[in-house]
Amino acid sequence: MSFIEVKQISKTFRVAKKKSGLKESIKSFFKREMIEVKAVEDISFSIEKGEIVGYIGPNGAGKSTTIKILSGILLPDSGECKVDSMTPRKNRVKYVKKIGVVFGQRSQLWWDIPAEDTFDLLKDMYEIPEEEYIATKKDLIEKLNLQDIINIPVRQLSLGQRMRCEIAASLLHNPELLFLDEPTIGLDAVSKQVVRDFIKKLNKEKKTTVILTSHDMADITSLAKRVILIGKGHVLYDGSLKKLQNQYETEKYVSIKTNDKLDIRKKGIKQKTKTKEGYDFIIDSKEISISELLNIISKKIKIDDIEIDHEDIDSIIVKLYEDYKI
Amino acid sequence: MKAYISYFKLKFISSLQYRSAAWAGVATQFFFGFVYIMVYVAFYESGGKNLPMNLSQVVTYLWLNQALLALVNQFTRDPELFKLIREGGISYELARPKNIYFMWYFKVIGQRLANVTLRVVPLLVVTIILPFPFHLGAPESIYHFLFFLLSLGLGALLVTALTVFYPIVALRTLNEKGIVNIMITIADILSGIVVPIPFFPKPLQVISSFLPFQYISDLPFRLYVGNVSLTDGVFGMCIQIIWIIILIILGNCLMKKNIKRVVVQGG
Repeated sequence: MSFIEVKQISKTFRVAKKKSGLKESIKSFFKREMIEVKAVEDISFSIEKGEIVGYIGPNGAGKSTTIKILSGILLPDSGECKVDSMTPRKNRVKYVKKIGVVFGQRSQLWWDIPAEDTFDLLKDMYEIPEEEYIATKKDLIEKLNLQDIINIPVRQLSLGQRMRCEIAASLLHNPELLFLDEPTIGLDAVSKQVVRDFIKKLNKEKKTTVILTSHDMADITSLAKRVILIGKGHVLYDGSLKKLQNQYETEKYVSIKTNDKLDIRKKGIKQKTKTKEGYDFIIDSKEISISELLNIISKKIKIDDIEIDHEDIDSIIVKLYEDYKI
Repeated sequence: MKAYISYFKLKFISSLQYRSAAWAGVATQFFFGFVYIMVYVAFYESGGKNLPMNLSQVVTYLWLNQALLALVNQFTRDPELFKLIREGGISYELARPKNIYFMWYFKVIGQRLANVTLRVVPLLVVTIILPFPFHLGAPESIYHFLFFLLSLGLGALLVTALTVFYPIVALRTLNEKGIVNIMITIADILSGIVVPIPFFPKPLQVISSFLPFQYISDLPFRLYVGNVSLTDGVFGMCIQIIWIIILIILGNCLMKKNIKRVVVQGG
């Protein structure tokens, strides 16, 4: 059996519906119309120990709901999930000792006091033995570069500094499984890099299983080999990121530096533009490969320099969402 | 248990930071203390008969009430807890390997103790040296004083068990105002914060004795001034303990029920 087994979980929320306006408001005071919103429906997947899985999907797809169900915060309406043969909600107290959670949009640190005080609280809360706590804390302080910020009241930290402390707080008890729900939201490039490098190291050294959601595809590409794509509450794709990329990344950009004049017409060349120093091509790699193109061109003219670029992952995701109509 | 104690400690430390709020509180308490006392002085001077307490007992009662208000009132609530509920920070609370009811219980009592620590000393020091009839009198006896301390401690546990219901109810309603307003209206009258219980008409005294409110602060204060005998004090403390147990059990049940249906706000 896999480390994490999710079988056909569904969760529906009831939401009060009300049209705008005074009359409608008065009406809804007496009789409220409720609509059911299916947050996740029939979600199944399994994850092995030590994997890093990127969990992606547009806003409102059900990513956070799944994570909250997996971490024992919400109860699914139907279906079951098992982590290390435990049911999160049933064995809540025992289970949550083995997991760490980071919600990028919320804070677990106490606002008015330094982060280290919160760490001490978490030590007692998770009943971490003294030596283990000191060692883990030292290690985290070093890796996340917290020496200078751990003694400042949390309210005075920048977002990037705070997030590093948040991540440290979630790992003090050495969890086997780490949920990261948008851990890099709002961070600058450097802080993002620190966070990514850290997660990579953590996974390598401690074999921590990581489930990560993010809207920044760079997070996903640099960390996760496998992605699960969900939309409107359903799993749409589950597999390697590479395969997804190949499937969607058919457009390539080739720019050529040359002084010669070039006349070329061939199936697969979607666009050709003349630039100051040469030509730019957009080709469909399903119909014509780059080597084929270069072969043809080099026969006709002298190439000074070439540059090949491919579509960035964000536009692939946009295409993907469009294809799945989510 | 250690985890709950450090929860309490942390709440205590972070609440101690609000010093100007404490000074404002001290000023308010002096103001209300004097207003109440003036009313009673006028009342006694106009020649009321068969009064259940003498004037200096009433004045002492009122000053104790003002000095310890931060500990025993029913209207203090922790805005942080409601923020957690409204904005979804509750996720983190639910992901901790501890009983959420007791985490909140210790948070609430930690805040109360921090608040009262900052306010009680200036009030006691000043009111002891005030001239008659405005001063805080000495306790009836050393035994009455010890009983007062004991039942005050129980009263603090009781009022915490009562007010921890606010956030638990808010888990369902998302807003605490309804429940808090209902509770304040009932509790303000029946806890003796406005008028000491012995001044109540008999039927109301009977009703009140079946409710938990008068055991929060009225009992300890009356023990201090000697309006309640030591035997009755022991009896009262037993009732305090029973109420604490009942409310903690009820609170745990309601918490369990509401957590099941909790919806994390804000995605």
